[in-house]
Amino acid sequence: MTSRPTGRRGGTATLVALSALPLLVLGVFFVLPVAGMVGRGFFPGGRLDLTGVLDVLGRPRVHRVLWFTLWSSGVATLVTVVLGLPVTFVLHRLRLPGRRVLRAFVLMPFVMPTVVVGVAFRTLLASSGPLGMLHLDGTPAAIVAAMVFFNLAVVVRTVGALWEGLDRRREEAAAVLGASPAQVFRTVTLPALMPGIVAAASVVFLFCATSFGVVLTLGGLRYATVETEIYLLTTQLLDLRAAAALSVLQLLVVSVLLYAAQRSRSGREQALGRAAARDAARPPRRRDAGLLAVTAVVLALVAAPIVALVVRSLHVDGSWSLGNYRSLGAVGSGDAALVPVTAALANSWRVAVDATLLAMLLGVLVALAVSRRPRAHAVRRAVGLLDAVFMLPLGVSAVTLGFGFLITLDRPPLDLRGSVLLVPIAQALVALPLVVRTLAPALRSVDPRQRQAAATLGASPARVLLTVDLPLMWRPLLAATGFAFAVSLGEFGATSFLARPDRPTLPVLIYQLISRPDPSSFGTALAASVVLGLLTVAVMGLVERLRLGSVGAF
Amino acid sequence: MHRNRLRAAALLTAAAAATSGLAACSLGGTTDRSASPGRTVVVATHDSWAMSKSVLRRFTKQTGYTVKIEPNGDVGQLTNKLVLTKGAPIADMTYGIDNTFASRAVDQGVLVDYSPPGQAASAASYALPDPTAARQLTPVDYGDVCVNVDDVWFRKHGRTPPRTLADLTRPAYKGLFVTPGATTSSPGLAFLLATVARYGDHWPAYWKRLMANGTKITSGWDGAYEVDFTAGGGNGDRPIVLSYDSSPPYTIPKGGHRPTTSALLDTCFRQVEYAGVLKGANDPAGAKAFVRFMTERPFQEALPENMYVFPVDSKATLPAAWARWAKVPAHPFSVPPAEIAAKRDVWLRTWSDLTSR
Repeated sequence: MTSRPTGRRGGTATLVALSALPLLVLGVFFVLPVAGMVGRGFFPGGRLDLTGVLDVLGRPRVHRVLWFTLWSSGVATLVTVVLGLPVTFVLHRLRLPGRRVLRAFVLMPFVMPTVVVGVAFRTLLASSGPLGMLHLDGTPAAIVAAMVFFNLAVVVRTVGALWEGLDRRREEAAAVLGASPAQVFRTVTLPALMPGIVAAASVVFLFCATSFGVVLTLGGLRYATVETEIYLLTTQLLDLRAAAALSVLQLLVVSVLLYAAQRSRSGREQALGRAAARDAARPPRRRDAGLLAVTAVVLALVAAPIVALVVRSLHVDGSWSLGNYRSLGAVGSGDAALVPVTAALANSWRVAVDATLLAMLLGVLVALAVSRRPRAHAVRRAVGLLDAVFMLPLGVSAVTLGFGFLITLDRPPLDLRGSVLLVPIAQALVALPLVVRTLAPALRSVDPRQRQAAATLGASPARVLLTVDLPLMWRPLLAATGFAFAVSLGEFGATSFLARPDRPTLPVLIYQLISRPDPSSFGTALAASVVLGLLTVAVMGLVERLRLGSVGAF
Repeated sequence: MHRNRLRAAALLTAAAAATSGLAACSLGGTTDRSASPGRTVVVATHDSWAMSKSVLRRFTKQTGYTVKIEPNGDVGQLTNKLVLTKGAPIADMTYGIDNTFASRAVDQGVLVDYSPPGQAASAASYALPDPTAARQLTPVDYGDVCVNVDDVWFRKHGRTPPRTLADLTRPAYKGLFVTPGATTSSPGLAFLLATVARYGDHWPAYWKRLMANGTKITSGWDGAYEVDFTAGGGNGDRPIVLSYDSSPPYTIPKGGHRPTTSALLDTCFRQVEYAGVLKGANDPAGAKAFVRFMTERPFQEALPENMYVFPVDSKATLPAAWARWAKVPAHPFSVPPAEIAAKRDVWLRTWSDLTSR
């Protein structure tokens, strides 16, 4: 028995111990509110009434909406992965000047508020804009383009964290044996990256399928997704029954997809020879020209809306001016009682620190739990389930969750509606899947024989963690931390429901500014978005530096 | 062996709990300091709320109450949140429910009766027609949602701007109009109601003509005005936009004296915003005091500059640019609130089907 480190009982007990806290948090802050909201729809007047729900699911409009959600998100996910892989390669495997800045830059769109980016996109695409001749404004293509824009960072960072730790010698060996670069990629690199790609793709899909601002702003209300329907039904029509039906439909679809992703991934994971101690990047060669060109084009496309935004933020009354930036500190000191942008920025920062701590903590626990390879079939099943369960918050409507908070967390012992902690907790739940998706593939790729060897030589489990896993995990850990921080800085959906009005985060304030009918608030909102983006790039740049330093220490 | 593993896991969990405790401290610690002494009135309102601090300080000086503002999304979200949290209200009073959502709040029994004494005589004309509603909701301000045109554009192109809703469907104005949608924007909903008021049961036919004439729909007011409108700063290419009667003063160019845009006063729908005391309020006395304060001169006179709406008190002084350039329609369109409550959902669904695929 002692030779089986993860025997049936030990495996289960450790699994329970690792996942207890994350499950508790998920139960209180996700399951309870969503169940509360769905319950309102399923039990109108206190009695279960399924006919209404079934009636909703039979509506032709619902089918149309579901179909549009699936195909637009599917196409967006595919495009994001296809465009993201060359960029990931160039930014994580080639020693390019300025690659750290570029890596940080790729993350910028991820935190930009959708309302503002929507305006920037439309400035480009509107018939009067520089790309007006493409006639994309208000088309599904525009929606998909924006989804790709926002989610490229997910692929680049999730796959990048895995890719840059990959030992190049395997590829070199294949090349020496006569494999063409394409063959090397297909037979060596791609299989090794597959778990990371599937993980990234499933996160991107969930982000796309639940995106809301993008669909409304760029589709001009002509296209509806499950998410926009839930918003409309809940906030405008107060048709809770239909909203509940759609929320359950959303949950079902998401669960099926997560299950499929889990299945396709579990067969492919492999222990990888890793190159943790040295930089796996190499200088670019002539045959990289194609990939470099693709990367340049993709980065230019990402930059276009940002440039449009920056240019517009530097205009006041049609001429160049820094006026919008000057007013960042001033809002609120004058007449309008909004919080100054600088104060909101400080709030965002504090919230982000808390949310990141919490997300990393829960994320490490979950990643350790789900990267285990128990022998017992039932336990392995449980691990797979656990893995999927923590992805669910990404797949569920922020409106359902937000209204659910209001109606379930309103009485003791869970009277949390006014609590300042709700925002960091909600953001941590959103960041959690990204943290787990960054850490788990890397953890799973650690050769278990290394751990077993250490254990055989007398190392305690904690020591195994410290001496075997940790040195290999530095890069993914830092990547995940940076990612969690960025998620928190940019999160709007859940935060807008939970942020205390006297201390809004920057995205919430930007949203309030942009909905005020005067041009100066609009300008301030644009300037604030640029500041938010730059701050993110700066933070990510710092994390990148930190990460090289710490790798050198090992 | 597995016991050791278990201990490592337990250790991690303990570390986890400890860190989350720490995280709690960094934010939790700051709350208590910001909590003000004395009594507080909590106001549930919409995201467009803005009021100068000096006015709110004045209220605190008068009554001893501090005001805590809680924005809750747009009017629809605000109303629905109040309905869903009936019995355990999220605030003491609410401000911002308008004539398009008033009936829902009143019918669902979210509010209690309160009418502050000493309201301006002019306020009576903004009261809700339903007697229960009139007892519970006090009018505070109003604004008209009107079609705006870019006069400079029309002059430059030697064309006559439209005047009426019917004009918008004429070939001369094909592809020139942009409006926010009724399902995602409250001015958008107001415009839909204007067409309902004008065309009655035939409004879907009007919208079909409108859409056939190249009307563009955006999700929010900002997209329509700041991207597509020719005079909105985004160099758009549509000189007709749905906005407010208070928008023109904001287009007076630097060094200029008159606005470059104007509101079409025959296309307007009036939105009146109300305040009311919530049933089950923690502090009903404070809630009443603030409702009353909102009808008084200092608050009324601060409304235009802060929230871009007109005070219901006709004797309140308006800012100079408003008094000169913000023209108010004499006979805006209106739809009885009870009819809005009964038919809004059907209208919105029909509208969605007409404008989306």
